[in-house]
Formats: sequence, C-alpha cells, structure tokens
Amino acid sequence: MKLKFKLFASLTDYLPADRKGNIVDLDLPAGTTIQTVIDQYRVPEKSAHLVLVNGRFIPPAARASHVLEENDELAIWPPVAGG
Amino acid sequence: MGWARKILRVNLTQGTCTPEPLNMQWADEYLGSRGLASKYLISEIDPKVDPLSPDNKMIMSTGPLTGTMASTGGRYTIVTKGPLTGAIACSNSGGFFGAEMKFAGWDMIIFEGKSPKPVYLYVENDRAELRDASGLWGKSCWETEETIKKQHQDPQIRVSSIGRAGENQVLYACVVNDLHRAAGRSGVGAVMGSKNLKAVALRGTKGVGGIKDFKGFMAATTAAKKVLADNAVTGEGLPKYGTQVLMNVINEMGSLPTRNHKDVQFEDASKISAEAMHEKRASDGKSQLVTNAACFGCTIACGRISEIDKGHFTVVNKPEYWGASGGLEYEAAWALGAANGVGDIEALQYANLLCNEQGMDPISFGATVGAVMELYEMGVLTSEQIGVDAPFGSAEALARFTEMTALGEGFGVEIGQGSKRLCAKYGHPELSMTVKGQEFPAYDARGIQGMGLTYATSNRGACHLRSYTVASEVLGIPVKTDPLVTEGKPELVKAFQDATAIFDSAGICVFTSFAWTLADVQPQLQAACDGDWSMEKLNLVGERIWNMERQFNTAAGFTRKDDDLPPRLKTEPAQTGPAKGLVSGIDKMIPEYYQIRGWTPEGVVTEETVARLGL
Repeated sequence: MKLKFKLFASLTDYLPADRKGNIVDLDLPAGTTIQTVIDQYRVPEKSAHLVLVNGRFIPPAARASHVLEENDELAIWPPVAGG
Repeated sequence: MGWARKILRVNLTQGTCTPEPLNMQWADEYLGSRGLASKYLISEIDPKVDPLSPDNKMIMSTGPLTGTMASTGGRYTIVTKGPLTGAIACSNSGGFFGAEMKFAGWDMIIFEGKSPKPVYLYVENDRAELRDASGLWGKSCWETEETIKKQHQDPQIRVSSIGRAGENQVLYACVVNDLHRAAGRSGVGAVMGSKNLKAVALRGTKGVGGIKDFKGFMAATTAAKKVLADNAVTGEGLPKYGTQVLMNVINEMGSLPTRNHKDVQFEDASKISAEAMHEKRASDGKSQLVTNAACFGCTIACGRISEIDKGHFTVVNKPEYWGASGGLEYEAAWALGAANGVGDIEALQYANLLCNEQGMDPISFGATVGAVMELYEMGVLTSEQIGVDAPFGSAEALARFTEMTALGEGFGVEIGQGSKRLCAKYGHPELSMTVKGQEFPAYDARGIQGMGLTYATSNRGACHLRSYTVASEVLGIPVKTDPLVTEGKPELVKAFQDATAIFDSAGICVFTSFAWTLADVQPQLQAACDGDWSMEKLNLVGERIWNMERQFNTAAGFTRKDDDLPPRLKTEPAQTGPAKGLVSGIDKMIPEYYQIRGWTPEGVVTEETVARLGL
C-alpha cells in the first residue's frame, strides 16, 4: 500500500533523509493505522497535534483505529497557529 | 486606573492641539482602544460623511493595558470611517508606537479637519504641536521615520506615518509604525493622507502610572504570561514558525484561496510557506528567515524578520532592500502569492517590502492583483492597457504592479482603488472577492464555513480578525469544530466577535487568544482599571461594541444585502480537497445569526437589544 507521509514545522526532522521537502513516499502493509506510522517514525505523541488524512482532521481518539488506505496522504503538525 | 484619563484633540484645519479629559463614563462602557475610540467617532461624525472629506475624523487610541507589563500590551488602534468600504474602519497595530503614546500621557488622539499643507504631529509628553511636513511629503514611511528621528536628534521617538500610497489615497493605504508594523486594513492611511497629515511622532517618558491594584496586577500579568509560555502554540509554534506556518495547513485542508478564488489549493504552497522560509537557498546558501521579533511587551514574538536574496531579479542593484526587514507573514504571503498563483517567495518578499515601505495593505493589494490577472486571462484587460503581461503566476507582473501601485504610476492608480471598483469598471463586478468592498483574507469560505459568516458580517468588510473561527474549525482552539458544516457556526461567530472586541479594546494582541480566554484577561483588567470588570461585564461590553459598530454601518446605509459573499463562493463548488463539491452556506447561516444577535430579519439592531446592551 503506497501513501504519502508529510511532517511539517518542527516535525520535519522526523522524516527520513530521502524526504522531498516535507514529504516521503511510504509503502506500508494493508491495515496500517495512523498511530502505527506515528510510532514508527517516533513522532512525539504531544507533538502530533494536528493530524489530517487527505485534508480531513482525525481526532486523537481515532488515530489508533483509523486504517490508512492506498494513496492516502497523512499530514501532521505540532501545535501551531496563525492569523 | 489603566487609562491616562487624557485625550489630545488635534484640529488640522485650525492647527490647534487641545487636551481634554477622557470621558470616564464611556471608558467604563466601552473599555478602550477599538471600543472607546469607536464610541467617540460615532458620537462626533455623520455616518454618511465622505470618508476622504475634512468632516471625517481619525482617532488613534490605546487601551487600558497598552504600555503596561501585560504581555502584548503594545497595541493601538486607528478608528475612522473607511474609504475602501464606507463602513466603520478599525485597524490595529503592534510595534512600540502605542506604548509610547501612553508613556507620553495620552489615551487617544483625535484628528479632525484638514491641514492646508502637509504637517506632522510631534508630541513630547504634555507638549503637542503640528510641524511642517513639506519636506517629508513624497517620502516613504521608512524615510519619514528616519528623517524625523534625525531632525529631533532622538532615536527613541516612535513614528507612525503614511507613505506614497497614503498620500495618493490608495483606498487600502496603511499607517506604518516602527518600519514594518501597520494599522493595515480598510484604508486608514488614505484618510490620514486626505488630511495632509504625514506622520505622528511621539516621545513619552512618564511610564504608565495609576494601576489600581499594583500587586494584584503584577500577580495577574505574571500568571497570564505563564499561560502563554506553557502553551505549545504561543510558547513554541508561533515564535519559531510565525503565522506563516498555516500556509501548508490551510492548503492541505483545501481552503487556500488560489487565483482569485478559482481554486482552493495552490500547487506551489510549499514554496511560499514557513518551512520554505527556513530552507537554505541554492543561490546564496542562506535562509530567507533571519530571526523572529516581538512587539512591545510581547512574550510570544511571532514576527518574522527576513533577508531577501540579493541576486533576485526584483532587487538587483537595489541595496536599499537587501537588509533584514519585516516579513513574510501568512496573510501577506497568501495575498501576494497564492491569490495570484505566484510561487516565487523572493518576489513575495519584495512586494511585501514595498507595501511596508510605501504603506499599503498587502491583503487588499494582492487580492486586487488576483482580480486583474483573471481579467487579463479573460482578455478583458490587455498588456497594452496595464503595461505588463499579467497571467496568473507571473512574479514579474506582481513586482511591477506593486511598484506602480505604491508610487501611483500607470495602471497602478486603478489597482489602488481596490478590486470592487476595478472589477465594476471593467464590467465584471462578480469577480471582486470582497465583502462591503474589502478584499478577503487567506481562508476560503467553502472549506471553512464559519469564515464565510465571519467575512459577511464583519463590521469593517471582509476580515479574519473580527472572529477568527479558524482557531476552532482548523486548530481546535478552544474546541475542534467541523469546518465543512454550517451547523453551530452562527453561535461560534458571535462568540468570537464579542470576545475579540474585548481583546482589541484592552490594548492587547488577539494572538494571545490562542492560549488565553477572557478569563485570563479579566484579572488583568480588574487589577488595572477602576470599576467592575467581571466576566459578565466583559461579555456585555464585547457585545455592546459589536452592536454599536453595526448601528453605525446601518446608519451609513448598509443593509442585509451587504452581508453577503460573491457569487463565486455560493455557486462554484470547490474543485479539490476535503471541500470538493461544496459552496458556502452563507444564506443558511445569516438568518440564524441575526436571530442570535437579537436583530430583525433585515439585520437591524432591535430596540430590545439596544436597551439590553445599554447602547
């Protein structure tokens, strides 16, 4: 299962070296959840604040059960804001 | 007591500067800054006055926390009737100017009439005088500030001024202070220019006295600062990445207005983002971002200080732009970039520098350029007419338009009138992405439904800072709501509008609200100010301010039909992203919002609401 994984702001450092900007292409087994990816890339739990799959917000309680699908785009930010 | 209890009335026609006591009953009812200055303005001008006539007035106002040790307590507000909209204009700025006004012993300065020749106001504590500004007219904001400081041989003077844009009455001209902070929206700089007032220069050495309960104030401000420091957004996210960090967030969510709102996602968003500002450039090995910066008393420090690529085509042989200076912030980067399809971050910084230098709102300017580029691609405008080839994405056109508009040259004069007037002139009023004549900021109303209602009902025309529901709909502050639905948004917008009126009127930055609620502001006001400043009262005062502004706009001629969005956002669905297939549900939200507000179905404040709020 191929998907895109994006980490932004201070989380960029958790991406592997072959990242293109803020993105890496992942090839994961079917059934992989958001939490599995967060754990695999050692993104600190408190820093995984804003989690979007294909632009839609996934609340913290759903991350362990939300199964990713082919061609999904998983994007994560630490706590940020703007104006 | 928070307030200095003294205002300065400057009659520019007669050349007089007269101190007056602050109306303390109004201070008790409208708090300060935005609320209190609006009360003065509305009490003193005809709501139907021509905004650029001598009969309009312009007020610079601080809040009771301005100049104090409250975090972010450096804000001041300019209130006037706005030339871009014809509605009440209220434009807020940080930097150090507001605190200096308080240090000189003044709560606000009211400007009335029109000077027969260019002047600037010089205030040194109790002494205030108008001085000849003939030698400053034609100079930029940067040159004006430097010249005044040299003339007075005092580098600690704080200056707010207009550049060429304000002199030329660009309808979205700013008033710029401290080089790159601005009372940016609604054209307050054009009003200043219409009065032949080039600058206001302040020097205050009194500090801020009269805090009601000093020990209590120390405790309250210290506790509130800890809240900001401990919060991940205000303590870490904003200082490191600034507001610009939203570029990728909002693009990912399919809510980044692109190419005059034709699209909701920009393929080059990452190239103009906060992350891009941190990246080392291939050309010189340096990142655009140099450091962050704070305004007076601020413990967040979200400001961006950057250095442009000296080899970029926009600044070759222009060393005046090579030094570290303000930018890019999210709104400017969006308006100059995504709104026009321009993904060249150095070109955006060049345009941003010119906006700061000559005093122009980059939001309204950039959004107007977006409309020009669409008209160009439609064949309505030609390169012969506008002086440049201007397809979406052209960094060259953006740079040239910025120069032309800032300096009042060629087609820039028409761009300086804003997109509403420009699109109407060329037969396509529907392409103006505005509410009440003011251009949208950086959130698409199809992907963030609450922002559509925010824009439609904002008392100063389309604006994100009257009720920043992005905090809730995108960032989950204070609670996460679904951005794609209209349900619950009228209540949310009203709550944000009323609370924001208090933050603005207290003299603090609305960015504190990412960590603070009114419950964090309340103890600071209670300790600083005479009288009762309970939560109940703050809620009442916030709602009172909002309704007062609304009444002014109604008297100025605004009606239900002005609380609306352009047809594009109501009939052309988003084509990509989570909002794909959606249009704004504004027509559904407005009646419910009016009902919650206690207004008639036509959007008029009812007698019952007037009585309840003590208007």
